[in-house]
Amino acid sequence: MDVIFEWFRVLYQETGINLPFLYDEYDRNRMVDGFLTTIRLSLVCLFFSVIIGVTGAWLQGSAFKWTRRIVNGYIQLFRNTPPLVQLYFFYFAIGTLLPRVENDWGGQSPILGSFAWAAISLSFFAGAFNVEIFRSGIEAVPRSTVEAAEALGFSKLQIYRDITLPLAFRVVLPALNNNLVNLVKTTTLAYAIAVPEMLYEANQIWSDNVNVTEMMIFLLLAYFVLVGVLVGAMNRWERAMKIPGYG
Amino acid sequence: MRRKHLITIATSLVVSALGFTTAMADVLETIKERGTLIVGVKADYKPYGFLDPSGDVIGIEPDLAKDVADKLGVDVEYVPVVSSNRMQFLEQGKIDLMIATMTDRPDRREVVLIPDPNYYSSGTNILALKSLGLTKWEDLRGKPVCGIQGAFYNKATSQNYGAEIVAFKGTAEAYSALKAGNCAAFVYDDSAIVAKTNDPEWADYEMPLQTIDDAPWGLAVALGEDNFAQMMSDMIVDWHKTGRILELETKWGVENTPFAKAMHEEYK
Repeated sequence: MDVIFEWFRVLYQETGINLPFLYDEYDRNRMVDGFLTTIRLSLVCLFFSVIIGVTGAWLQGSAFKWTRRIVNGYIQLFRNTPPLVQLYFFYFAIGTLLPRVENDWGGQSPILGSFAWAAISLSFFAGAFNVEIFRSGIEAVPRSTVEAAEALGFSKLQIYRDITLPLAFRVVLPALNNNLVNLVKTTTLAYAIAVPEMLYEANQIWSDNVNVTEMMIFLLLAYFVLVGVLVGAMNRWERAMKIPGYG
Repeated sequence: MRRKHLITIATSLVVSALGFTTAMADVLETIKERGTLIVGVKADYKPYGFLDPSGDVIGIEPDLAKDVADKLGVDVEYVPVVSSNRMQFLEQGKIDLMIATMTDRPDRREVVLIPDPNYYSSGTNILALKSLGLTKWEDLRGKPVCGIQGAFYNKATSQNYGAEIVAFKGTAEAYSALKAGNCAAFVYDDSAIVAKTNDPEWADYEMPLQTIDDAPWGLAVALGEDNFAQMMSDMIVDWHKTGRILELETKWGVENTPFAKAMHEEYK
């Protein structure tokens, strides 16, 4: 392994192509940490945004006027404002209003750190889109199917969980796929509130080494591969869920 | 037909690229033709370059830039830059000259042209709550320390003293995060921190450590602009000789720094 790493140092000396995150141990650890943070943040946000989408779409069909209004208000607020502004809002506005706790170094710090705020704000952002995506799927389920279930004595929750949602899921997958891909890319915004994800670490490295071009190319490829893995997984899932003769 | 179009487009691209390179050959000509000197300065670094209430960029470095424009007999236009983009702005020709609190380092001299002698100097220190009682750099080990993206001392502070750097885009975010308690300290240039500790709003904070990495600042022009660089060298010598730097420090409320005094002695 070290031989390969050393080769990149020679490459730099010979050609000027500088990839310090391969031959410099410190930079390499930074880049690996950044990569893992991006994956961690993406997974957390993917999970919660889908949960928000499913729950939100269910609440949209609620019999209570105010529940529907709140869900719609949430969608308008988070879908119609830029995610970067939301991040700053959560981190600098809400974050400083929350109570503080004693920290390890003898000071007072806010309860939630930058990673937590990034996860919350990006989940809400993508979640707002997911609610609408799931609604589109639910509305695509024929009314007669739901009526048939009602006639069989299913409760409202049972119909949503066992009939509407599973059918809707197949319809929404392409749109959901799109939104989740977008979400993974949007995690780069978290660098604005100093979450040490890939873009953030790359920025530190190119600031120290003045190798902007190389880092940009690397970043582009890294995200291409990362999103490619997600898309591959989603496509497999889509195929696995396929019902012959439906959709 | 389409092919012909392509050829026309390609030709015009090549021609404009050639025109671009000849225009780059002597930026002094371009500045005089344009009638404006475009200077990259900091807009968040009191008192070296910051915004006044009406939104104009003012401070020591904008004043220095104005001197250059006066010498050339043109107007001056300020472009706010930050540490992580200032060298790219110069490379891309978005600015003619950069006076933006940049530490002069050998690897930067490969990217931009830094004329000698240096015009200023500062070191690295931290801004921290007095109640934390930090006394040495090793006290930062394992603690989150706010910083600015693109500052060269981020790496040193985490590598040598074990601090976990939390770097933000601009100083406003870093100061805000420090106040909110997201970091134990803010690592930055001592010259800026001194100005902050004099601010009543930051009365609970101090600059407790020994300044490290005292390093000179360089102003810069694009690579290959030798005439402009030569002119700037003469200008900097003149600034030191006439005591212009000392005068500006006094004007903007900074105590005269040892570097500025020594340079004045040397060239007077």
